[in-house]
Amino acid sequence: MNHKNQKDYYTSSYIPNTKDGQNEMFDIMGINSVEELFSDIPNELKLHRDLALPKTMSEPELLKHMKNLAAQNVNCDTHICFMGGGIYDHFIPAVINQITGRQEFYSAYTPYQAEISQGTLQAIFEYQSMICRLTGMDVSNASVYDGATACAEAMLTAYNITGRTDIIIAGRINPQYAETCETYAKYRGINIIKSPFAPETGTVSMQYFNQAITENCAAVIVQTPNFFGLIEDLGEISKTAKNKGALLITCVDPISLGLLEPPASFGADIVVGEGQSLGNSMNFGGPGFGFFACRNDYMRKMPGRIVGETADSNNNRGFILTLQAREQHIRREKALSNICTNQALCALAATVYMSVMGKAGIKKVADLCIQKSHYMYKKLIDTGKFKPKFSAPFFKEFVLEYNGGDIKAMNNKMLQAGFMPGINLTNIGLDNCMLIAVTEKRTVDEIDAYTEYIKKAGEI
Amino acid sequence: MFIKFTQKHEWVKSEGKTAYIGISDFAQNALGDIVFVELPQTGAKLESGKAFGSVESVKAVSEIYAPVSGTVTEVNSELEDAPELLNADAYESWIVKIELDANSETELDSLMNEEEYGEFCKNES
Amino acid sequence: MGKNKVIFEKSVNNRIAYSLPECDVPEHNLNKYIPDKFLRVNSAELPEMSEIDVLRHFIGLSNKNHGVLSGIYPLGSCTMKYNPAINEELAKLAGFTDIHPFIGDENSQGSLKLIYELQKMLSEITGMHAFSLQPAAGAHGELSGLMIIKAYHEKSKEYNRTKILVPDSAHGTNPASVSMAGFETVQIKSDASGNVDIDDLRASIDDKLAGLMLTNPNTLGLFEVNIKNIAEIVHEAGGLLYYDGANQNAIMGISRPGDMGFDVMHLNLHKTFSTPHGGGGPGSGPVGVSERLAPFLPCPEIYADNDGKIRLNYDMPDSIGRVRSFYGNFGVMVKAYAYILSMGAHGVKSVSENAVLNANYLMFKLKEFMKIEYDRKCMHEFVATGAPLKEKGVSTLDVAKRLLDFSVHAPTVYFPLIVKEAMMFEPTETESKESLDEFVEIMRDIIKEADENPEYLKTAPHNTSVGRLDDVKAARKPILAWNSDKE
Repeated sequence: MNHKNQKDYYTSSYIPNTKDGQNEMFDIMGINSVEELFSDIPNELKLHRDLALPKTMSEPELLKHMKNLAAQNVNCDTHICFMGGGIYDHFIPAVINQITGRQEFYSAYTPYQAEISQGTLQAIFEYQSMICRLTGMDVSNASVYDGATACAEAMLTAYNITGRTDIIIAGRINPQYAETCETYAKYRGINIIKSPFAPETGTVSMQYFNQAITENCAAVIVQTPNFFGLIEDLGEISKTAKNKGALLITCVDPISLGLLEPPASFGADIVVGEGQSLGNSMNFGGPGFGFFACRNDYMRKMPGRIVGETADSNNNRGFILTLQAREQHIRREKALSNICTNQALCALAATVYMSVMGKAGIKKVADLCIQKSHYMYKKLIDTGKFKPKFSAPFFKEFVLEYNGGDIKAMNNKMLQAGFMPGINLTNIGLDNCMLIAVTEKRTVDEIDAYTEYIKKAGEI
Repeated sequence: MFIKFTQKHEWVKSEGKTAYIGISDFAQNALGDIVFVELPQTGAKLESGKAFGSVESVKAVSEIYAPVSGTVTEVNSELEDAPELLNADAYESWIVKIELDANSETELDSLMNEEEYGEFCKNES
Repeated sequence: MGKNKVIFEKSVNNRIAYSLPECDVPEHNLNKYIPDKFLRVNSAELPEMSEIDVLRHFIGLSNKNHGVLSGIYPLGSCTMKYNPAINEELAKLAGFTDIHPFIGDENSQGSLKLIYELQKMLSEITGMHAFSLQPAAGAHGELSGLMIIKAYHEKSKEYNRTKILVPDSAHGTNPASVSMAGFETVQIKSDASGNVDIDDLRASIDDKLAGLMLTNPNTLGLFEVNIKNIAEIVHEAGGLLYYDGANQNAIMGISRPGDMGFDVMHLNLHKTFSTPHGGGGPGSGPVGVSERLAPFLPCPEIYADNDGKIRLNYDMPDSIGRVRSFYGNFGVMVKAYAYILSMGAHGVKSVSENAVLNANYLMFKLKEFMKIEYDRKCMHEFVATGAPLKEKGVSTLDVAKRLLDFSVHAPTVYFPLIVKEAMMFEPTETESKESLDEFVEIMRDIIKEADENPEYLKTAPHNTSVGRLDDVKAARKPILAWNSDKE
């Protein structure tokens, strides 16, 4: 069937309409051409040329092209990972891909139509429950973008609750989290005060902290383990914050909570963090997800989606998005946050991860991290090429000062030898210092090999 | 005790220096099932025309504006656990009890009486 | 409750689903390393299950979900198109998943090239000068874009520019992002044909104007025919134009926001560029700008150096700063990049042509028995109203719920807010005429049911894993986590 003004149409495996099919639709509507469909667009605003995009690739060509790009990245297939700083190479059980690969999960939209979204909704409810159990908090939302925005959202929540405008970032939190908080703060009239770490311990300096905190402090943000991997003593910080009527926001590594006392016990009001470690790949930094949990008192001040339990018309248990009056689609300019799309599929991966690990597994992962990182810490010091930097206890990541020569050259040699050696902290003001992370995936052989190469690194 | 209404669908019943404030039947009907009432603290100062709390249904949220100025002497804490009382009887379920300010007389005068409010609602719907 | 057990109710003491190595370094008591006061007293009560239990549980849950492959998903403004199978594979290549973000630009050229090329392709498609892919979702892109507007005005010391105009048909994220960026929202009206009311626009403009946010085509699926005029009015008053790219699927290869006069925009890679929604994320919300706004983009900039290498530039004194960690949702970018490569210039244009054709066809067919709010040609989506059903005691919600019984997803309902009982349909280009026809017949039967059996409609859905859920109960007494004591 040849239509009057019909030009040749591009065919794609993703577009089912055929030329004949289109003509049939045009005939039914009494429309002559595709141009007619776009007649509302003024001619002068139309692009009268082809877009300058790369030539179309077929599936096999695309696969080849992408494999070629992927091969230009140093990754865990090519190198052994001792890097952390917020993103970690933890073990990901095979079960997770089987679940997150289900189109019913990955292709679905936000679960607005609850009756055909019970899978997503119940999984999020279970996610919220597990995050509460891990952090010791009462309620959790359905996730935010990442650890950095989780901190920033918590900061805004505290600002909304208290009406105060100072936020204290105590000690060394992940620099990117601090930068993100600064971005979110500066257009809102929120004043961020950085209270430094004590050079000896590497943890919050109580002396500076006590000076920094005033009655205008909305919240104190503390990361534990902090950016250096060190465990912060929340008890004292919490007491001081409470005395001034400020909230305590803690940013935590969820894996550490397998064995470390949850922040709730120290009086945390909001607990946030980066959840990538829970069953998500490193993905060059994203997607992972941010988690956000708080005390019951602040339930209605939480940003983002929240799932609640309810019942259907036959009194069967079901799950549904709830407390939506907080959110942008109802409260618009008065909403507590603009977030809608979050990181649901990554949170699902975390839910499956926490189910696979279970009560015993999460402890075992944490235990392996502690044992192996401390083994490596000592081994590296024993080489004589490293010396301790901080005195506070650490969880799975530590800072050592390199005194075996040029740190940059050492890093390059380690890379050539097949290691992602850690993060050089020289750029953030810790000259010649390395931040090294050891997860449960690292073996004694890998650690020993690293140590051996370090011994040689100065010589070659 | 007499009742007066605002254009934002709050009611106020006053007697001497004391007044009760609530939302009208029209308001509860428009909102649908009320799921949460955000209440002020006892002692809070209300300023006529300014929001002092909010009522939420599943699909909407509406601020509650003070019809008159005064100081909150009591909040209806029953609403914390049973916000549906506002649906059941909007005129029985007050939200706050206040002590009126000195100038509240003129504020009260400017509000609608029952008949005027009835007319007003007809035009709203 | 026997039905719909949560995972904790399936937990049995001492069952395990994990497989972890034994400790191969000399083991010590934990308190040798970490003082007791920091160690957990009570275990985190996570479920205890076997591997098969975990799989059955979550596979069971997946069976209660509707995905794009389960049936048509005409959710307006969400662009629920097919997510190409190959893209899921590509994003799982170890070179993309197992790369650490601190590895440095020399060792991540594959990822950085992909990001850089994607920035360029998005610039070409939209006519914007530059993009940053850092924002993690559409609303995040909006927030970044509004911060850029703020930074721009502050740079010119115009601190009094605090007002952002937002049409009454806009997504809720628009005004919410406006507030988050420290601006004030001023709502402007739509006219009788569904476009911005030019008189109201003029009346809303004063020296406090910072900018206007516009979705074009707007959320009614209608192209703003006066866009040139609107752009002139706003620019003349010293304001900037923000483009909400949620509806980009209508105009690719046909018209470009940059050419319409927009200064800032965001895209939703999880809408227009086929990456899956994941049940609510991860998405990706790149923010694009005109040349004069490029210095304000989020930091770091990813650029091509003279030697052809892709590098990171942190030296951006005017940048709004960082809006999240690292470079954005890279895994999502991989899929969008692959999508554009498989479509090419003719392909992406064909996407928009077919999306608009399908929407007009669906609207034409539904018009036989439904009221369409604005009776003119639509773009990639359109809004019908359930208002005529009201007198039969049937609401838009009832129609939406009844659709679920037929393994099709409901349209977006009760949005945009300016249309009573709104139903917003967006079929996308990946549906065929046959599936649209099937959908029309289902809709026809349901509308008939409003006359013949309204009760059945009002109690729908009937064939789903649960019946209509009580949202009032959920909000009145929130249960947000499973608690064994309470059950």
